[in-house]
Amino acid sequence: MKKSTEHQLMLEAAKARLLAVQMVYDAASGHPGGSLSCLDVLTTLYCDVMNIDPQNPKDPNRDRFVMSKGHCSPALYSVLALRGFFPVEELKQFRSIDGNMSGHVEMSVAGVDMSTGSLGQGISVAVGMALAGKIQNKNYRVYAILGDGEINEGQVWEAMMSAAKYKLDNLCACVDVNGLQIDGKISDVMPTEPLDKKFEAFGWNVIKIDGHDFNEIEKAYKKAMTVKDRPTMILAQTIKGKGVSFMENEAGWHGKAPNAEQFEQAKAELEAHCKELECVK
Amino acid sequence: MTDKIATRVAYGNALVEFAETYPELVVLDADLAGATKTQTFMDTYPERFFDMGISENNMMGVAAGLAACGLKPFATTFAMFAAGRSWEQVRNSIAYPHLNVKIVGSHGGLSVGEDGATHQCIEDFALMRAIPDMTVLCPCDAHEMRLATEALLNYDGPAYMRLGRLAVENVTDSVENYKFELGKSLQLRDGEDVTIIANGMMVQMALKAADLLKEQGVSARVINMHTIKPLDEEAVLKAAKETGCIVTSEEANILGGLGAAVSEYISGIYPVPVIRHGVRDEFGRSGKAPLVLEAYGLTPEMIAESAKESIQLKAD
Ligand SMILES: Cc1ncc(C[n+]2csc(CCOP(=O)(O)OP(=O)(O)O)c2C)c(N)n1
Ligand SMILES: [Mg+2]
Repeated sequence: MKKSTEHQLMLEAAKARLLAVQMVYDAASGHPGGSLSCLDVLTTLYCDVMNIDPQNPKDPNRDRFVMSKGHCSPALYSVLALRGFFPVEELKQFRSIDGNMSGHVEMSVAGVDMSTGSLGQGISVAVGMALAGKIQNKNYRVYAILGDGEINEGQVWEAMMSAAKYKLDNLCACVDVNGLQIDGKISDVMPTEPLDKKFEAFGWNVIKIDGHDFNEIEKAYKKAMTVKDRPTMILAQTIKGKGVSFMENEAGWHGKAPNAEQFEQAKAELEAHCKELECVK
Repeated sequence: MTDKIATRVAYGNALVEFAETYPELVVLDADLAGATKTQTFMDTYPERFFDMGISENNMMGVAAGLAACGLKPFATTFAMFAAGRSWEQVRNSIAYPHLNVKIVGSHGGLSVGEDGATHQCIEDFALMRAIPDMTVLCPCDAHEMRLATEALLNYDGPAYMRLGRLAVENVTDSVENYKFELGKSLQLRDGEDVTIIANGMMVQMALKAADLLKEQGVSARVINMHTIKPLDEEAVLKAAKETGCIVTSEEANILGGLGAAVSEYISGIYPVPVIRHGVRDEFGRSGKAPLVLEAYGLTPEMIAESAKESIQLKAD
């Protein structure tokens, strides 16, 4: 990856983190932890990997994205706004009765390809989108992000089998392996390791990466494009709450809004990071 | 009236309170112990608590297995997933074999608020009621929730109980000698012109509606129908005969729930006007709970309006 691209992605992700935390604070509810952990992957998808056009969000040939862990709307809405699908201003209405910025990811928001919120269901829809691409001879690719708690759902594994059966090499999913679900550590609540062996056994091409290293993220997505006859699963090791010191690796920040004092601190940290990156440029 | 308490909090406390008396009681949750309030039980009786992770369907099956071997499992998650996602597991692995599993759905209705439509279950009454042999309840306050939990521990069979997210006023604690009985409603206010039959937090709103109506010279009876199935048919028939018209009120779709149960029964035996107040067959949306409730007409004012409509129909 070119240094300039990496720098640009880092800056976009930093801005998105600031917006995401601001949204949750303004709404006084929402899910900061999992939004912050997946933002480097999501930013790379929308600003580097995916073939999309904010001016033509319904282009039938566009790449598709499904946020299967639909509670991470602050992450997706922020990236879509920064990418120009709708004005950043609209994020102010997140979770409010006014406007359409619903608490969980919803298709009424420009640029969103699938409504989600009930865990385990999004990935099946992504399989359907990829299958549609195959039978209609389209070249678009389909992307999805799942939570590492979400994969407790049996439906996820049903989706895995069907994607392998239909050789959906146009499908590339990513599990945001932040090690936490709501009630605590994944390893305590519902142990899922070894993830790589499980997905491999289900017929998927598996790539393990550091989900906060833009070079590794891009490389994994590029590699997935070359794999034939098999869907790819990227296992992205991440930090839940990434970027806000007191939220990092804390299960308690899964679905909670910061108070005014906490928000000031989070904002200061995230702004400092943005400034730092802008100066380097 | 005491401080406001959510029924989910009262449920969590009741599980702990009755744990010693009922050694067969075990509790399951699906990664929502903090929100559903089973966490208190988890902390106090960790060896009798099972976090099944985000796997509601498996949880229902495991609960069925536990019940088949003599335990009294309370399988708890959000109403959306308990009644919705796991409906067929509940039907075929719990209800059909008549297993003693209590299915507990928290965060029912639109008062979920900000999480929006995917988490606002307005269909649970209809879904659970449609299963043969299933008992369905929705207690209205913390006091009643404690009694209902105890009643479920003493009932041998499948049952679904809805819990609410919001803190609500206690209205049944002032009822003298309140003996909670499954399938037996509680009249909270007598009246002659119309009967409001409500459950869950619509009971508190129904009482406020009765106050509003009183100011306008209308005398409304208020019945707390905490058990939707089996329905207290005697109380409904009595209301129809004595007040001549009915309003039902529920924080659920007006299709298939409490309103439907009352209408289905009374239309066949003693037809009187029944106005069904509730969510008018549309999905919810994100927003602060009180604003969402207002946007969908789940207010005392709208119950009062419905009451007047019902009285008008009776006169016509
Ligand atoms: C079917 C279903 N069950 C339960 C929930 C409630 N819920 C929302 S987020 C969450 C935990 C998700 O953990 P994970 O997938 O690891 O997400 P992340 O850590 O990335 O936020 C749960 C249980 C839900 N949304 N859907
Ligand atoms: Mg996680």
